[in-house]
Amino acid sequence: MDNLLLLVDAPVFSLQLLIDGLLAGAIFALAAYGMALVWGVMNIINITQGEFVILGGFVTLYLSYLGIHPLWGVPVSALALFIVGWGVYRLVIFRIVDRDLFISILATFGISILLQQLMNQVFGADIQNADPELGTLFLFNDDVAIANIKFVALAITIVTGALLMLFLRKSRIGQAIRATAQSARAARLMGINTDRVYATTYALNAALCGATGSLVVMTWVIHPFIGLIYTVRSFMIVVIAGLGNLAGVVVAGLGLGAAENFAGFLLGTEFQAAFVFSLLVIILVWRNYRLGKKRQYLQ
Amino acid sequence: MNSSLKTLLSIGLGLFILTAPLLFPNYQTQLAVLWLMVLLALTWDIMGGQMGYNSFGNIVYFGVGMYTTAVIQRGLFFNVDEYASMAGGTESQLSLLDYLLSLGLGLASGALLCVVLAVVLGAGILGLRGHYFAICTLGLGIAAGEIASGWDFLGAGSGLVTPLFPETFFGRGIFFYYFFLILAAVSFVVLRYLYSERFGLAINAVRDDEDKAESMGLYTTRYKTIAWSVAAVFLALAGGAYGNLIGFIDPMDVAFAGPTLGVWMVLMAILGGKGTLWGPVIGATIFHITQELFWTYLLGWQRVALGLLIIIIVVFFPRGILGWIREQWPERFGQQVDGEEQR
Repeated sequence: MDNLLLLVDAPVFSLQLLIDGLLAGAIFALAAYGMALVWGVMNIINITQGEFVILGGFVTLYLSYLGIHPLWGVPVSALALFIVGWGVYRLVIFRIVDRDLFISILATFGISILLQQLMNQVFGADIQNADPELGTLFLFNDDVAIANIKFVALAITIVTGALLMLFLRKSRIGQAIRATAQSARAARLMGINTDRVYATTYALNAALCGATGSLVVMTWVIHPFIGLIYTVRSFMIVVIAGLGNLAGVVVAGLGLGAAENFAGFLLGTEFQAAFVFSLLVIILVWRNYRLGKKRQYLQ
Repeated sequence: MNSSLKTLLSIGLGLFILTAPLLFPNYQTQLAVLWLMVLLALTWDIMGGQMGYNSFGNIVYFGVGMYTTAVIQRGLFFNVDEYASMAGGTESQLSLLDYLLSLGLGLASGALLCVVLAVVLGAGILGLRGHYFAICTLGLGIAAGEIASGWDFLGAGSGLVTPLFPETFFGRGIFFYYFFLILAAVSFVVLRYLYSERFGLAINAVRDDEDKAESMGLYTTRYKTIAWSVAAVFLALAGGAYGNLIGFIDPMDVAFAGPTLGVWMVLMAILGGKGTLWGPVIGATIFHITQELFWTYLLGWQRVALGLLIIIIVVFFPRGILGWIREQWPERFGQQVDGEEQR
């Protein structure tokens, strides 16, 4: 808590933390779009989210080893993960769509453990990153320094969000996705192939995660075993924002990023992950308490 | 199968269980861990199987019990700084009486602390349902591990060493084999008693329809808290002993081992058949053997194999072994079929 005084003495420092955190939150929000989509349409909480993020990061990383600028990794990772997501759906997920919620959590957990070690075997356990070499922006007499890639990330998140919204509203398959989310049975009666809708939704989610991972590897670092924290962040953002509220996801994501950054600074970085997971527990309990007053339950 | 053969078989199995660590001295630790697994699966099944609350966070009590026991063992006979510099060397050896005393005291306080923790945490978390409960407990388990690996008093990320087992005529493996055997047997008997009581009916009612159970006048929160506390006590005892068996407490890999022990307990219960008394026992035995084989023959790929195993069990055998047998021969379980009204 010694750092608290530092913040009081040098307010510009908290500005640094705030901007940095908000921009970090934009990256979390991108993966959270996907989670909201899969949760809303298929009623599955996808624990594999984080591993898709890391996998996307590795795709970008290897692209940069080939001499291609890592920013190209954003679309390439998204495309690669779209295929991976489609494959995972065809192999496992389609069997658990209509099943008990607990089964889907455990099954996706199994996929996540499998992917972790598979990535460990294929890519190695080293902590790696791909530098986009975009430089750093200095503000306020050089007191605030922000890596430019984070602004790119914010732009990508907002543009992707807008495109996603447009896709869900205007395109045929987007409309089918929304119809299925409202009532899968009715959608089937209207002649929608819900199996294909589910496959597209899941693959789209994986693609969003892939793009996130590509931003993560450029901004921070990746290694095969840090996926779960991205899953938890996505989950938290969706819980705060509510399902089917993409603008809310962005706001919640930015808020989470800022909160996390301040907590990491005040408590020490070794407790930053602990803060994220504790915050998850606190948010859920608090939400349940609020709903309990209205005699409603989180079901 | 006639009854005399059955008796003979059970006597043989009982004798085997009692003498196994003497027959296979090289596998004492693995055999002890087998009973630990049985215990973990049984305690998970209280909440997950019988009450329908799928918890991924029971590992918290395991870890808290482990750390409490180790800290008390350390604090009872040593200075904290001195102890850290010894790092489990021969100086940290206690006499047998001191060791057992400190272990007993540590286990008792670990169990007590975990009951308090279960009541406090339960007040907030047990109100959640479904998805939210599962994810919340998942977060709880990982948060505990992250806090332990940042907390200097507990040795932070570099872990904590438990006192050496004193040199006597029996070794550490044998001692903890019988410890876990007795603990697993006690928990089995206690759970069988609890399930045959009003308590068992109440938590089954919570599983089937919580709102209805509540409107029938059951204090569901009270039963849920009791169920979690019972699991917490046994997990704390098991954790404290497991820390001493392993000899080194790593915050993420031994104490709050969410991705391994924390998930295995769920899997074992499901594999055997959740919501049954014998299911977790059978599931744990089969799972432990399979898992040891994975670790021996598929080193490096063991988690890939484990992930596949999870997916296969969950997707294709969600009812587990006992559940499947029950479906095939319902008459053996006292259920009437064919025309008679199903009870």
